[in-house]
Amino acid sequence: MSTVRLDAKTPPGPLADAWDNHRFSLKLVNPANKRHFKIIVIGTGLAGASAAATLAELGYQVDAFTFHDTPRRAHSIAAQGGINAAKNYRNDGDSVDRLFYDTIKGGDFRSREANVYRLAQLSLNIIDQATAQGVPFAREYGGLLDNRSFGGAQVARTFYSRGQTGQQLLLGAYQAMARQVGLGTVKLWVRTEFMDVVLKEGRAVGVVVRDLLTGEITSHSAHAVVLCTGGYSNVYYLSTNAMTCNATAIWRAHRRGAAFANPCFTQIHPTCIPAAEDFQSKLTLMSESLRNDGRVWVPASPDDDRPPRQIPESDRDYYLERVYPAFGNLVPRDVASRAAKRMVDAGHGVGARKNGVYLDFQDAIARLGREAVAARYDNLMEMYNRITDEDPYQDPMRIYPAPHYTMGGLWVDYNLMTTIPGLYALGEANFSDHGANRLGASALMQGLADGYFVLPYTIGDYVAEFLNESPVPTTDEAFAQTEAELRERISGLLSMNGNRTVDDFHRQLGRVVWDECGMSRSEEGLDRALTYLPDLYEEFRSDARVPGDGESLNQTLEKAARLEDFFELAMAMCVDARHREESCGGHFRVEHQTPQGEAVRDDEQFTMVSAWFWTGDPTRPLLQEEPLAFENVQLTTRSYK
Amino acid sequence: MNITLRAWRQAGPSDEGGFETYQVSDVSSDMSFLEMLDVLNERLTLEGLEPIAFDSDCREGICGACGVMINGRAHGPQAATATCQLHMRSFEDGDTITVEPWRAAAFAVIRDLVVDRSAFDRIIEAGGFITVATGSAPEANLTPVPKETAETAFDAAACIGCGACVAACPNSAAQLFTAAKASHLSLLPQGGAERYVRTERMVDTMERFFGSCTNHGECEAACPKQISIDFIAMMNRDYVKAKVKNRGNA
Ligand code: SF4
Ligand code: FES
Repeated sequence: MSTVRLDAKTPPGPLADAWDNHRFSLKLVNPANKRHFKIIVIGTGLAGASAAATLAELGYQVDAFTFHDTPRRAHSIAAQGGINAAKNYRNDGDSVDRLFYDTIKGGDFRSREANVYRLAQLSLNIIDQATAQGVPFAREYGGLLDNRSFGGAQVARTFYSRGQTGQQLLLGAYQAMARQVGLGTVKLWVRTEFMDVVLKEGRAVGVVVRDLLTGEITSHSAHAVVLCTGGYSNVYYLSTNAMTCNATAIWRAHRRGAAFANPCFTQIHPTCIPAAEDFQSKLTLMSESLRNDGRVWVPASPDDDRPPRQIPESDRDYYLERVYPAFGNLVPRDVASRAAKRMVDAGHGVGARKNGVYLDFQDAIARLGREAVAARYDNLMEMYNRITDEDPYQDPMRIYPAPHYTMGGLWVDYNLMTTIPGLYALGEANFSDHGANRLGASALMQGLADGYFVLPYTIGDYVAEFLNESPVPTTDEAFAQTEAELRERISGLLSMNGNRTVDDFHRQLGRVVWDECGMSRSEEGLDRALTYLPDLYEEFRSDARVPGDGESLNQTLEKAARLEDFFELAMAMCVDARHREESCGGHFRVEHQTPQGEAVRDDEQFTMVSAWFWTGDPTRPLLQEEPLAFENVQLTTRSYK
Repeated sequence: MNITLRAWRQAGPSDEGGFETYQVSDVSSDMSFLEMLDVLNERLTLEGLEPIAFDSDCREGICGACGVMINGRAHGPQAATATCQLHMRSFEDGDTITVEPWRAAAFAVIRDLVVDRSAFDRIIEAGGFITVATGSAPEANLTPVPKETAETAFDAAACIGCGACVAACPNSAAQLFTAAKASHLSLLPQGGAERYVRTERMVDTMERFFGSCTNHGECEAACPKQISIDFIAMMNRDYVKAKVKNRGNA
């Protein structure tokens, strides 16, 4: 198995000029020629819709595919908090440099300087673009844009639309794309799922998709293919991701030769509603902003079964305030999550299943009054009440960490191209900007930066080579073969006829990945998972049951196909987690911690990106390292004490 | 709790369809309505039957994918609540619950509880946007927007595109959905330039697919995001003005 050498194409010279210089060096395609190029965009969330709209505006012919019934359902819509930008409207000392530094540090020094710097620069343009599209950001009384502060930052740089920033930004991008659909420059395919990428002579030349309503499998060719298909938190079964979020596009691309970077870098969000019972289908996030006024505690004694209001101050442990006096309840996500796990594992958990910790607003209510607390958080209080039937103004909320975002993803160079020429990955689908931990309010920023402002420039440099060449026709053998492989796969899934449901297997997979490759990982546990998972996967293939046929809407079949990819990805996560003998960001290896339980990085060995190549055996991928050079920031140990 | 579920089953768009009755036992009141369907679907699968198809994704009331008629009401009995946020504690032990797809000529049934809402996309494509090519935007703070205007625009922008308004309307009209988007954009100074062209195009496209509004107000009552019918009045006024203004371009 030969692998491609990793060339990040990071521009030389001072960081502040890198993107400008790089853009200048890229080949341009003249406007009249752009219409000769066809680009396929897979996924129409923030990254995909913004890319499709912008490419079409530039003159490219775009085919955009989504498995949803409309692009407006994409999971970007669920992002609550906000979007960062270094506008410094608050005059509180923010700057591109500071946003860059916060993001690099928040990522625990495991991301590329040049990419992150570009992201911080483009944050400014995103706010301008979104505002002009009519995104109703929060305003001050004078009519100017309002900001708030968010975890991991000491300046107020987060722009927001109530608790629905993702919804409004997604609708902005969706509407920009809809305009192009109306103009006929974007062809939109809904309820059509990407199943595989087609390669010819090593390049991406098209895709094979499946019509979810008729089961029809068709091929589509283009000069380049762009994957904007989000992250893979649903490998854990229970996560804050929407039900249909999946890894199929990035995993199938990986199987065709695209390197997968840092699969073990996953983010566990500290404030979610704990699972109630086994039927739980997904977890709901409670915005992290609650930690501004809520105090986290558990009963000091594990055997204390009294209702929370009967536990006196003296019998409570406000463990975040105790252990991290400087940041208290506002420590970053990974730190807060692990601390909650330590308390629950030690038997201090609360609620009927003892699987949560308290987030208490009693003091805030006493200090500010119920009304002031309601003004800030009423929609969240109401959402909590709706789900749990408990009143968080009266009793403390119960919260627990849940998988939320994946920093790992397809390896891409500075142009956002994967190791397969002609195949790009944008947004959460790539690995590029968040290192080992993502800061709050930066996912929306990255998805839109990639789609509006990076790819539309960089893609020209690649396609320019193919001027006067039509896309490879879909009658080519390469398409026929990929289609045939897919047909065989689908009929295999339909004929399993076993004794267990697909969801049942997914739940079991999720439990294993959560236990062994979740909030903390150990060599022993990862080895256990790597022995167990291939067997479980085999069992799935012989004992799962997919009713129905492949010629009409079959939601179980869709799930089964996606689950196959989650199985293999789970193995890659464990391999990566086992190889990375350090603790950094969301990746915590129990062997690498201080006596107080804090993460210990190994900069000597692991200041690098792990890029894995498919070998045919999901437990034995091939590693290539991309060293990370820090020339503008100093590697420090994150301390929030 | 134990529930009797009467669910609409329809194999495909051309199939006639009909109700099937299922006994669902050991339902926890903490389950969401859709989790109750999940549990039933796993059971049906193991019994060798086909599960009930329905759309859902975020399961937190924001994506607009879910939506069924529950006992004749769009999104069920609880006000301001999408189907995915409805919990079984809203029902009583022993209840019979009838669940059907949205019924509207423009929303063809695809299978069981899944319908085709793509006519909504056609309305947005016709004009539900502000024309601003990427890169051409001015500095964001050059255009102040009064806080109150921004808040009202947001109230309209909160629409999730679920289609409950159409399903609840005796005429299957899409006024509330269309007005929500037209108002969101037209209220903001950024959307002012295209205000009348936008309204005219969106309304004309809407009328190609949906019935006419006769002010029943059922849409507002069914809307999980509590979009106000005042926006419909605003859209109607703009439409009349648009017809006058745009006459020259016709
Ligand atoms: S107006 Fe309300 S009911 Fe109609 S689509 Fe929007 S959110 Fe749904
Ligand atoms: S599933 Fe998203 S709104 Fe109900």
